Amino acid sequence: MREISVEKIREAVEKMCGEIAFVYPKDVLQRLEKGAQREDTPRAQGALQILLKNAEIARDKHIPICQDTGMAVVWLKIGQEVHFVEGSLQEAIQEGVRQAYRNQYLRNSVVDDPLFERKNTSDNTPAVIYTEIVDGDRVEIEVAAKGFGSENMSRIQMCKPAQGRQGVVDFVLETIRLAGPNACPPMVVGVGIGGTFDYAAVLAKKALLRPLDQRHAIEEYARLEEELLERANQLNIGPLGLKGKCSVLAVNIEHFPTHIAGMPVAVNINCHVLRHDKVVL
Amino acid sequence: MRKIQCPITEEVRRTLKMGEQVALSGVIYTARDAAHKRLSEMIRKKEPLPFDLKDAVIYYVGPTQTPPNAVFGSAGPTTSSRMDSYTPELLDLGLGAMIGKGYRSPAVKEAICRNHAVYFVALGGAGAYLGQCVVKAECIAFEDLESEAIRRLEVVDLPVFVGIDCCGQDIYDE
Ligand code: SF4
Repeated sequence: MREISVEKIREAVEKMCGEIAFVYPKDVLQRLEKGAQREDTPRAQGALQILLKNAEIARDKHIPICQDTGMAVVWLKIGQEVHFVEGSLQEAIQEGVRQAYRNQYLRNSVVDDPLFERKNTSDNTPAVIYTEIVDGDRVEIEVAAKGFGSENMSRIQMCKPAQGRQGVVDFVLETIRLAGPNACPPMVVGVGIGGTFDYAAVLAKKALLRPLDQRHAIEEYARLEEELLERANQLNIGPLGLKGKCSVLAVNIEHFPTHIAGMPVAVNINCHVLRHDKVVL
Repeated sequence: MRKIQCPITEEVRRTLKMGEQVALSGVIYTARDAAHKRLSEMIRKKEPLPFDLKDAVIYYVGPTQTPPNAVFGSAGPTTSSRMDSYTPELLDLGLGAMIGKGYRSPAVKEAICRNHAVYFVALGGAGAYLGQCVVKAECIAFEDLESEAIRRLEVVDLPVFVGIDCCGQDIYDE
């Protein structure tokens, strides 16, 4: 049994939530730079140059990359030998989010009741928390801050098994096309295939956490990711929807076994402001 | 890049062409979902609005909190279509232009043509850059809405594209 103070969790969550708002992950920045080189119209070029300049200003002047600093999503992989001490794990996570948003002057974008009152909670809590129990005595914490311009353009479909690979291609491309300028392209696209209705969506969100240069471990899925990326970039959405070649930076797929009668496909759209980080304690 | 002064008169609006990149300076007002809902209620109750709509420019933005010693926070556009149901009545009351991102509804386009207004698109996700164009900010209504309150901003050279011009030409239809 290994004891871990929940204070350590709070600290880690606060630190990561605070940092990801200001600095792009390296892989995203590299792909934006590459995209800018490939664009040939002045408008698409100009738009990507502003995004790159924005990245610089955000980092150097410590201003959030985007004003929508997102809803926090926290993923925990907890080793079964771990015993949390000195308080509530859930509360520690929420407190980490609360302090990061307050101390870093991020935007509080969460309302308490989704349907009726919609009153801002004024501290960006609660975060959405996913926990998984794994072997070992370590804790992995991954934090993401999800913007809703792109979240709103995400979709799920219960495809028929007979629709096969083509069904997935059609649905993913249609979702990207519909997202268009609303999702602040260039986008990053997470696809979840299999599981159940709800789990496919979780897989799609998980797919967004994988580094953009890392293709799926299984050859057939890796090829599908590449094909989807190539075809998405032929849709002529372009940076910020102003037409061009750089519409999608990467397509990441996660899959899971499913029922004989089904093939759920979820597409979680993220904008270029892909914010996530992780630590292992 | 052409420089445009806000508020924007009809005469100037008529010269703006879809796709053109322009730099906006002058006074604009922030308002997004919750503020639009309240404006619409005030109009229905015939109450005076917090700012003069005539030729005014509304920026669909919910900025981050302003840190001490800073003028403004991060401030890029939010998705305009969520404001679509409120927009035609504001345009009919004199609103001159809007700044946001993404598609507008056919009803909004019609109202834009009818009033010779204009819809600008700004760069989604470039909040740090765009926030730096704000030289003065003041909350003028609905402070309880926090980020969604109405703020009067003075901006210098805010870069935007003409998304829908006064003839209804749409950058996303090209
Ligand atoms: S979709 Fe992304 S880039 Fe666009 S406003 Fe939201 S967080 Fe910012």
